[in-house]
Amino acid sequence: MQKTASFHKKHKEKFLYRDNTVGYIFAAPFILSFCFLTLVPMALSLYYSFCSYKIGSTPEWLGLQNYINLFTNDATFINSLLRTCQYVIVGVPLKLIFALLIAVLLTKDTKLQGFYRAVYYIPSLIGGSVAVALVWKQLFGSRGPIITALKAMGAPASFSFFGDTSWAFVPLVLCNAWQFGSSMLIFASGLKQIPKDYYEAAEIDGAGVMKRFFSITLPCLSPIILFNLIMQLISGFMTFTQAQVITNGGPNYATNYIALNIFTEGFSYSRMGYACAQSWVMLLIMAAVTGIIFKTSSHWTYYEN
Amino acid sequence: MKTKRIVTNVIYHIFVIAFGLIMIYPVVWMILSSFKVKSEILGANATFWPKQWILSNYPDGWYGSGNLTFGTYFKNSAIVSVFGMIGTVISSAMVAYALGRVNFKGRKFWFTAMIMTMLLPGQVLMIPQYIIWNSLGAVGTFIPLLLPRFLGWPFFIYMMMQFVRGLPKELDEAAMIDGCNKYTIFTRIIVPLMGPSIITTVVISFYWIWDDYMGPLLYLTKPELKTVSLAIKGFADVQGTNFGPMFAMSTLSLIPVFLLFLFFNRYLMDGVTAGSVKG
Repeated sequence: MQKTASFHKKHKEKFLYRDNTVGYIFAAPFILSFCFLTLVPMALSLYYSFCSYKIGSTPEWLGLQNYINLFTNDATFINSLLRTCQYVIVGVPLKLIFALLIAVLLTKDTKLQGFYRAVYYIPSLIGGSVAVALVWKQLFGSRGPIITALKAMGAPASFSFFGDTSWAFVPLVLCNAWQFGSSMLIFASGLKQIPKDYYEAAEIDGAGVMKRFFSITLPCLSPIILFNLIMQLISGFMTFTQAQVITNGGPNYATNYIALNIFTEGFSYSRMGYACAQSWVMLLIMAAVTGIIFKTSSHWTYYEN
Repeated sequence: MKTKRIVTNVIYHIFVIAFGLIMIYPVVWMILSSFKVKSEILGANATFWPKQWILSNYPDGWYGSGNLTFGTYFKNSAIVSVFGMIGTVISSAMVAYALGRVNFKGRKFWFTAMIMTMLLPGQVLMIPQYIIWNSLGAVGTFIPLLLPRFLGWPFFIYMMMQFVRGLPKELDEAAMIDGCNKYTIFTRIIVPLMGPSIITTVVISFYWIWDDYMGPLLYLTKPELKTVSLAIKGFADVQGTNFGPMFAMSTLSLIPVFLLFLFFNRYLMDGVTAGSVKG
């Protein structure tokens, strides 16, 4: 009797200490969230995207009707896709160039380097908050200091950012670019890994600052540029808080970005099925864009080994 | 040659400081505006430095939103952020250990799943997740904001995983010989050595949750559950032109994030850069 008990105990212990058991116990939180907070919602969303669905009602199967409507009968959606692309195409490169230049600028070894990095990181720390969005709204608003300064420099008296459909996205892009801190830190860590003798050799060969930047810094950083580009593209495509708080999609839908449009369709108009269809279109577009970037990246990224 | 170097140095510092000032100008403007009378904040008579310093914007804002004060909202934000941050650290460290160190069947698959989830923007799942929480009766509680935080956050899992992989394997073997098992290796060896990446996770997850707007907007539908972000937005919507109190509350809302950053700044800069991207 005792023998079997100890055998069982030993067997049990072995089971508990096996790599497979340990792995699944420690990975359990993620496995649970992956199943119930990612896979199930995605499956539901895919199903609802073929239905007319409102919370509390039973979904009514429509087939492809939602998707057909999106592309043939919904100018707001098409406009919001185009506006999102405009925001991403202007905003993401601006932010990355900014982050890279500042990172290069701050590689200089001075006692103040840590302090400078901290100051330049502050906007990223708070930039996503409602508080900053509200500040932005007034800062760039028709009576705010930026407009006042622009008018003092000769901008027409009627000029305004938020009243003009072709200018309204500028403050939003700037707010996004302003939060370049985390990209900057990632670039900075990449810059640290570039061997110093590359630069020394280039200097002996007579290469100037620009030449060194374009033939050493950029190629060596290319894998990190790829990483930052993908991360920023994804968050750019899905920008929500700033657009909702600063402009609320206006004027005349000029900043009605896709995440905001999905939110309005789903929660203000209660057309959840239709909103799910929009999410899927957006997801496919993003997947295609990131896919193309990954596929072409072998031509422009450079790995040392 | 030497004077030339000094001149370049001075120009460098002047440039970096000037540009830094432009960077933090919006924050400084907000803080100064919270001490101004209304007429000095916007419009033609606006000044950068307050002519007359007033403190009344703070109590006006604090008590300015009906029968609930900002005390309630700060308490709610603290609950969501502190517990959310604790959940994120514990669960993400566990998953990072499994994916980074334990050789179990299916590890590759779960690693890929984790990367895919990291790249998947939350907004795509906003509607179906809301439908699920709604059918569970959890809308109007903290549960939809807190529970997921205890189930790992891919961004931090990835970051911590890179860190765990960087720790020498010999440590585990030595600990095994000394009688540790796979569980005590995690608590006695791995976690204590993960310090920098844990601090990074603490700071970043805290301020991401603190600043979050969409989550509370969807799920904290009762006034007494509102977080500070929601409350400031509500304040701005209702009292649109009462800028002084609005900026006063905005300033207060950023203080916890600033304090955390001041405390952990040094570790944070190292942690982000050590764990972020390698291969």
